[in-house]
Amino acid sequence: MEAPLFTYTLRLADNALVLGHRLSEWCGHGPMLEEDLALANMALDCIGQARNFYTYAGEMEGKGRSEDDLAYLRDCADFTNILLVERPRGDFAFTILRQFLYSAFMHPFFEQLSASKDERLAAIAAKAEKEMAYHLRHSAEWVIRLGDGTEGSAARLSEALADLWPFTGEMFEVDAAERALIEAGVAVDPASIRPLWLETVDRVFADALITRPKDVWMQSGGRRGEHSEHLGHLLADLQFMQRAYPGSVW
Amino acid sequence: MGAVIELSTHGDARIARAREAAARVCDPEVPVLTIDDLGVLRDVRRDGETIEVVITPTYSGCPAMDMIALEVDLALEKAGFVHRKVTLSLSPAWTTDWMSEAGKAKLKAYGIAPPQGRAKGRGALFGVEEIPCPHCGSLDTRRVSEFGSTACKALWRCESCREPFDYFKCI
Repeated sequence: MEAPLFTYTLRLADNALVLGHRLSEWCGHGPMLEEDLALANMALDCIGQARNFYTYAGEMEGKGRSEDDLAYLRDCADFTNILLVERPRGDFAFTILRQFLYSAFMHPFFEQLSASKDERLAAIAAKAEKEMAYHLRHSAEWVIRLGDGTEGSAARLSEALADLWPFTGEMFEVDAAERALIEAGVAVDPASIRPLWLETVDRVFADALITRPKDVWMQSGGRRGEHSEHLGHLLADLQFMQRAYPGSVW
Repeated sequence: MGAVIELSTHGDARIARAREAAARVCDPEVPVLTIDDLGVLRDVRRDGETIEVVITPTYSGCPAMDMIALEVDLALEKAGFVHRKVTLSLSPAWTTDWMSEAGKAKLKAYGIAPPQGRAKGRGALFGVEEIPCPHCGSLDTRRVSEFGSTACKALWRCESCREPFDYFKCI
């Protein structure tokens, strides 16, 4: 069995990398220039966070794996990201709503993790928290704009909400190894974030004229390496160069 | 303060000279600012014979960091330091509060609105900002996008002189 702290750090890295890749797919395809730039900027933040977590995970593992080895040379079943972040990017409403649901969780999460007893996680989180504040504000403004916009934009946002909501439950899952880290003051207890997350979601949804779905079956599996078919396609794109030309460098 | 450096030990003078060399390196994306103006240069110290320069990234994914590390290394080499290394430090997390007043003035002269006030917590998440136009000084400005040409900037427009401008975000 892998060390709990390694698994924990790897999960944080995988979430950030996979979401960063999904955001990067918008580069050159944004609905307008400003949003193209914004999505690429958010992608850069996420990939930067992933690099910091991967580097730490590799050092901690002590087998000589670098950030690149962990990002480019693991297969689907080794990835431990939540399913939410691997959903295909969809339309702009889908991408923005996912970013909102994720950053409304990750902003307070990183805020708490920056007080972790693990100094390295705390340092990475303190930087990431500031970045997520911008992602949260930007995505929240767009959720409101789309929901309170035209009939067309509101319909797309509602559709995205129905698609995405069943994937939000996995953010709050905790397994036994993580429970031990939480008790040791190293990891964040996601249950402690839930009230604030719901409050943020409800506040923004009220302005966006949409309602939070209730009593929905929640999808699960990504954290254990059980993924949808979409992750394989994403990795094929992400890892192609290193698979086709092993060890190639810039 | 030059006299103080002259009077100090050989080791301290070396550090002062290394610091001076490193402090002249400019940000490749905002070339009017040195890494010292930005607060990216955190420390210059000795590790035995090796001079160690510590820098910190502005944003987790800042693509300029590799370039800055390379330029610091080159600057030290030029200044005659054979044993040298550049270390990246994440903690404490960089904040615009570390930007020097001289740096803010240089930014404004370059046409980029400097960060306003102190970095804030989540209380200001949905707050309203008031950013003076770096060209005409008008406060009648509008945010076009939270994200601009680089991770550290947002895109704004002045409603008085109609010029678009970059705003160096407060974090």
